[in-house]
Amino acid sequence: MQDLASYLLKRLGWMLLTLWAVFTLSFVLMRSVPGNPFDGERAVAPAIRRQLEARYNMDGTPLEQYRQALGNLVFHGDLGWSMKLEDYSVAQVIAEGFPISASLAIFALVFAVILGVTAGVISAVRRGSVADVGMMSAAVLGIAIPNFVLASLAILLFVFLIPIFPAAGWGTFRQILLPAICLGLPVAAYIARLTRTGMLEVLGRDYVRTAAAKGLSKRTIVLRHALPGALLPVVSYLGPATASVLTGSLVLEKIFALPGMGSHFVNSALQRDFTLSMGMVLTYTVLLFTMNTIVDISYAIIDPRVKMQ
Amino acid sequence: MSVDAAPTDPVQGSPSGAGPTSGVGPASGAGQPDAATAQRALRESAERERLEQLLEESRNIRGVSLWQDAWRRLKRNRVAIFSLWLLATVALLAFITPLLPLQSPVDKDLQNRRFLPPNLAAAHLGDRPSLQFADNRLTAELAEFETRIAELRSEAAQIVDPAAREKRMVEIDQRVEVDHPFHQLWHDLGPVSWAMVQVRIAIFGDWAIPSIFGTDDLGRDLLARVFWGARVSLIVGLVATLVSLVIGVSYGAIAGYFGGVIDAAMMRIVDLLYSIPFIFVVIFVLTFLEDDKTKAYLESVGVSRMTIFYLLIGAIYWLTMSRVVRGQVLSLRHEQFIEAARTIGAPQGRIIFRHLVPNVLGIVIVYMTLTIPAVMLFEAFLSFLGIGVEPPDVSWGLLMDEGVKALSSVKTFWWLALFPGLAMAMTLFALNFLGDGLRDALDPRMKNRD
Repeated sequence: MQDLASYLLKRLGWMLLTLWAVFTLSFVLMRSVPGNPFDGERAVAPAIRRQLEARYNMDGTPLEQYRQALGNLVFHGDLGWSMKLEDYSVAQVIAEGFPISASLAIFALVFAVILGVTAGVISAVRRGSVADVGMMSAAVLGIAIPNFVLASLAILLFVFLIPIFPAAGWGTFRQILLPAICLGLPVAAYIARLTRTGMLEVLGRDYVRTAAAKGLSKRTIVLRHALPGALLPVVSYLGPATASVLTGSLVLEKIFALPGMGSHFVNSALQRDFTLSMGMVLTYTVLLFTMNTIVDISYAIIDPRVKMQ
Repeated sequence: MSVDAAPTDPVQGSPSGAGPTSGVGPASGAGQPDAATAQRALRESAERERLEQLLEESRNIRGVSLWQDAWRRLKRNRVAIFSLWLLATVALLAFITPLLPLQSPVDKDLQNRRFLPPNLAAAHLGDRPSLQFADNRLTAELAEFETRIAELRSEAAQIVDPAAREKRMVEIDQRVEVDHPFHQLWHDLGPVSWAMVQVRIAIFGDWAIPSIFGTDDLGRDLLARVFWGARVSLIVGLVATLVSLVIGVSYGAIAGYFGGVIDAAMMRIVDLLYSIPFIFVVIFVLTFLEDDKTKAYLESVGVSRMTIFYLLIGAIYWLTMSRVVRGQVLSLRHEQFIEAARTIGAPQGRIIFRHLVPNVLGIVIVYMTLTIPAVMLFEAFLSFLGIGVEPPDVSWGLLMDEGVKALSSVKTFWWLALFPGLAMAMTLFALNFLGDGLRDALDPRMKNRD
């Protein structure tokens, strides 16, 4: 337990360091991008421009701006006001979008793990059968097709041709389902392949043969003895899987018109909404870091040989 | 193998060993009995004969290197070999695209050719009336253009004043560059592609393959666009992967070789980079590059936006590669051949790049075949978000994005999504299968298992 606590503390330190690095990198990138958030169709009067710059902490030398922005963030937890969305603070935008993006990502991941592991186990146990070949071909297909193509086809199929899902919107379970499935499918395909490879390797081990020799049922052998060992590569893939789900959600939120963070993420960068993009990047960094930490911990729990450090 | 190897070593050493003996022999042998010398010579020659016989035998035994072994196993994997051939074909076709009798990938026809379904109607280069080509043919227009230029040149040659003549000649050259009919049918041809298009016209004339893939919303031939798009998509995949390879392998090998504090620090940096949402960095750098001033500056240095695009994607895909390589190098660095290299005083750079890196190439190649698809998908993703390849350049990602936008419940222009999608899926399939096959083939545990 003490191990875990000190590990978490260490990870927290690393997260703060990462956040600081990301903050600095983003800050430098933003200030070196040509174009100003206040450049528009019409030229803004100098007096108004000065006020705008003062409000958004854009007056002063870059170093002063950096110090002030970092200070606000560290001491007040304040990310400032969005430069493009009027009367929205960055915290508000995140608070509105975060639950949506997070629930979409969680649904997609859970779906991907369940489907992927099931398919992988079945095709490993029935190696060479029609089910195995079929599912593994489907898995390669899932990896090879870009998710925006998949999502568009799914809309065409399940919304217009066979209307079983609503086209867009957010809130009910049925509305979450289709985007979550589209988001999770490529990840599920990858997990299925990892599980199959892992299972095949473990099924050839001596301890599995021993279990079979003891006369255990095939079901017990597969689920109790082989599966935990086969899941290690899957668990270590969950970190990258989260990253791919998060980037994938940028696309799916656009296609399904979901009011999550994804659309803000791209738009804020394209429109030079400096404060909002900073908020978005930091939020995504925290998400990724947290997920990586959880993966590391669960890895250590599943495989006692791995030490947390 | 080891039984054969032991006796061969002295034989290889024997020419140098025999040299001094025979050289010293006559000088010091004067005072020794002849019989002993003769006997010794006899014994030596018998010994040498025996050894050479052994050497001969060992020469006949072929050692199987890791690569030969892997190749043998790969050849047995039909799917992987089929994928290899398919990829070679796709790459070759992409390379010789300008030579193929395709229609123009950029010439728009908004009046007559929008959203044509796949058809076999005859097509010729330059047959769109509003191009205003002579005879509505590219060859006729080219001939006319050349006579015009030749006339202008002969006129210019008659100018007496050398300075004025020189100026006029330069003007004509510029006109050739700007007004050439190729510019209306192709966008931004490089010198090689330009020459290839000329060869294509010499071989096929105006004839072009009909629009068997249909046409898009601006009346452009989809077949030609799929072929030209292949060039960009494959180059993005390949170059970006190579960049990630160079960075990842060097980084991983250095970290693994030095170990200790250096390794820990370098891997911490990788951990840190893993948590950065790189898509954001990509967006920012790309918008930065879109600025006119930056663009002009880069072009003056000779770097196009596409080059930066390749490098950028490559620069974010090296993390996993470096981890994989480091792991391998860590397990290799205490092997005897590394000790041996160090003993004879090889510099560390040489040990890393000449001795360690070639030994991790197997896993690197496998990983590479799996990175290329990922990079190609990433390019498609960027194209979907509108920050990837810019028109009039074309890539599969861009084509699929256009195709998906043309899919609707009202009127489905299915061919626009189907053919680019098929091309990309086929390539990615082949890469994945080849990667799997290579991994199995290079896996030493699979050795001698049939």
